[in-house]
Amino acid sequence: MTGTAAPAALAAHATLAASAPGAISAPPIEYSQLGPMLVVFGAAIVGVLVEAFAPRPARRGTQLALSLGGLAAAFVWTVVIAASRQVFANGSPGHTAIGGAVGVDRPTLFIQGTIVVLAFISVLLIGDTRFSPFVAQAAAPPGATAEQEGLAAGAMHTEIFPLTLFAVGGMMLFPAANDLLTMFVALEVLSLPLYLLCGLARRRRLLSHEAAMKYFLLGAFSSAFFLFGIAMLYGFSGSVSLAAIASTAASNTSNSTLLFAGIALTGLGLLFKIGAVPFHSWKPDVYQGAPTPVTALMASCTVVSAFGALLRVFYVAFGNLTWDWRPALWVIAVLTMVVGAVIAITQTDVKRLLAYSSIAHAGFVLTGVLAVSTAGLSSALFYLVAYGFTTVGAFAVITLVRDPGGEADHLSRWAGLGRRSPVVAGIFAFFLLAFAGIPLTSGFTGKFAVFQAAIASGETALVIVGVLSSAIAAFFYVRVIVLMFFSDPVPDGPEVVLPNVFSGTAVGVGAAVTLLLGIAPQPVLSLASHAANQLFVG
Amino acid sequence: MSPVHYVALSVILFMIGGVGVLVRRNAIVVFMCVELMLNACNLAFVAFARVHDNLDGQVIAFFVMVVAAAEVVVGLAILMAIYRARRSASVDDASLLKY
Repeated sequence: MTGTAAPAALAAHATLAASAPGAISAPPIEYSQLGPMLVVFGAAIVGVLVEAFAPRPARRGTQLALSLGGLAAAFVWTVVIAASRQVFANGSPGHTAIGGAVGVDRPTLFIQGTIVVLAFISVLLIGDTRFSPFVAQAAAPPGATAEQEGLAAGAMHTEIFPLTLFAVGGMMLFPAANDLLTMFVALEVLSLPLYLLCGLARRRRLLSHEAAMKYFLLGAFSSAFFLFGIAMLYGFSGSVSLAAIASTAASNTSNSTLLFAGIALTGLGLLFKIGAVPFHSWKPDVYQGAPTPVTALMASCTVVSAFGALLRVFYVAFGNLTWDWRPALWVIAVLTMVVGAVIAITQTDVKRLLAYSSIAHAGFVLTGVLAVSTAGLSSALFYLVAYGFTTVGAFAVITLVRDPGGEADHLSRWAGLGRRSPVVAGIFAFFLLAFAGIPLTSGFTGKFAVFQAAIASGETALVIVGVLSSAIAAFFYVRVIVLMFFSDPVPDGPEVVLPNVFSGTAVGVGAAVTLLLGIAPQPVLSLASHAANQLFVG
Repeated sequence: MSPVHYVALSVILFMIGGVGVLVRRNAIVVFMCVELMLNACNLAFVAFARVHDNLDGQVIAFFVMVVAAAEVVVGLAILMAIYRARRSASVDDASLLKY
C-alpha cells in the first residue's frame, strides 16, 4: 500500500507506514481522553480477578464497591474531559483518538455521561440483594438439588457485576466509535454480557432462559446484517472510517448500489438495538423475561447508547445523503410510534407494557433524529436523558411490588395498589404521567423539544402522527393509574416492600430528575444544546 | 476469477445463512447459520480488500473471527442452560413469552 495518508479505519488498530510497505506502526493512544472507558473496563477486569481470588463472603461487597466506584470515577473523568480547554481548544469540535477510531466530542461525552449515571443507578438495583433477583447457580437446571442448595446457602452469582461493567464499557464505546469496525466490536462487547445477564433470573427461570435465547439469536442475526452492511460500505469506499465514507459518498456517485445496501443493512443493525418497529419483536419478550434490574439497565443505557451510535452514523457518515435515508427512516419512525402505542393497549404485564412504551418512545426520539439539525440532535439528547431516568425509576418501583413467588408482574395484581400503599402507587403514577408526556414532568419537555425540532425542519406530518400516538399512549398509562387508584384491591394482593437504601435511591433519583426536568429543564436543555452545538467530529 | 465473483459468492452464502436462521428449528443449527452469515461477511471483506488493494478488509476479517468465537462461547452457554432445563433445543418449544 502506498500513499502518505493512511486510511483512518485501519489506523484504529495498525497504521501502515508509507515508508516501509507492510510495516505496521502503532497509532498514538490518547489515554487521558479514553479514561472514562478505560476506568470502566479496568474495573470490570479487576472484578474478574476478585471472582477468582476473593473469598465468597467478601465478594459481593467488593464487587459492588468496585462497580459503583468505577462508574463514579468514569463520570468525573467524563466531566473533566468535557470541561477541558485542550480538547476543545479554539472552538474545535473535538478530537479523534487512536488514529481516528474513537471520537471525543461534546455529543459523545454527553451521551457517555448519561450512560454512566444511568448505569450507576442500575447497579444500585442489581446490588439490592434483599430479594436477590439473580440465580444462585446458573448451571443448575431449575428444580435441581444443586439449585435448592444454592438458594439455601444464599449464594449469588457476583459475576453479574463485572458482566454489567463490560456491557457498560461497550455502551460507552458504541456511540464514540468513529469507524465501523470499532463500532461493531463495541456492539458485541455491549451485547454479549447482556445476553448472559438476561438469562440469570432467580425466579421464573424458564422465562428468563427463553428471553436470553431470543435476545441472543435475534441479536446475533441483526449484528450479522450490521456487519454485512459494513462490508458493503467498505466495498464502496475502501475504508470503514465514517468520515472517509462520507467523503467518498460526496464525490463518487457511480457505485451507489453498494452504498445504499450498506446504509440499509447498517441501519437495520442499529434500529434493531433501539427496538424500532419492524425490528422490535425481541423487546417485549426480553424485557419481560430478564431480571428487572437488567431490564432497567437495557431500557435506559442500551437505548441511549444505540441512539448515540445511530445519530453518529447517520449524521457523520450519511450526512450528505439525507434525501436518501430520510424517507425510509420517516416510515420507520411512524410505524414505531403507532405500533408501540397501539399494541401497548392490550398488554396485561407491567414489564411488557413498559417494553411497548419503550418502543413508542424510540419512535419519538427518531422524530428528533429525523430533524437532521443541531436542534434535532440536542432535543434527542435531552429526550434520552429524560426517558432514561424515568424508566430506571419505573423499573425500580416494579421491584418493590412483590408476590410470594417474586415480582407481581401481572397488571390485575396492581388493582387497588393506591389504597394499600399510596406513596409507591403515587410515584409509579408520576412515572407513567411522565411517559405520557403530561406537563410538569420531564416527558413533556422532551416531547416538546423533539416535536419543535421536527417542525422547524419541516416534518409537520411526522409531528402530527407523534401527537396522535402520544394520545393513544396516554390512554393506557392513565388506564393503569385508574386501575391502581379507583378499583378495589385484590384480596391477597401483592406486598409492597419498603425500599432500602439501594432501591430507594434509584426510585428517588428517578422521580427527582423526572420532576426537575419538568419544572426547571433549562440547565439540562442548555447543556444538551451546548453539546449539540458542534456536531460529531468526523 | 475476479474479486467480484467472490463478492457474489459471499452474498449467496449470506442469503443461505439468513434463510437458514428463519426456517430451521434447532437453536444450534440457527446459530450455525448466523456463523455462516458472519463468514460470508469475512469473504466480502477480503474480496473488497483485493478490489481496493489495501489491507483494511483482511485485518477486519480477523476481528470478526474473534468476535464470532466470543459469540459462540456466550451462545452455547445459553443454549446449554436451556437444554438442561427443557431437554430440547428447539426454538419453537421456547414459547412462554408471547403477544
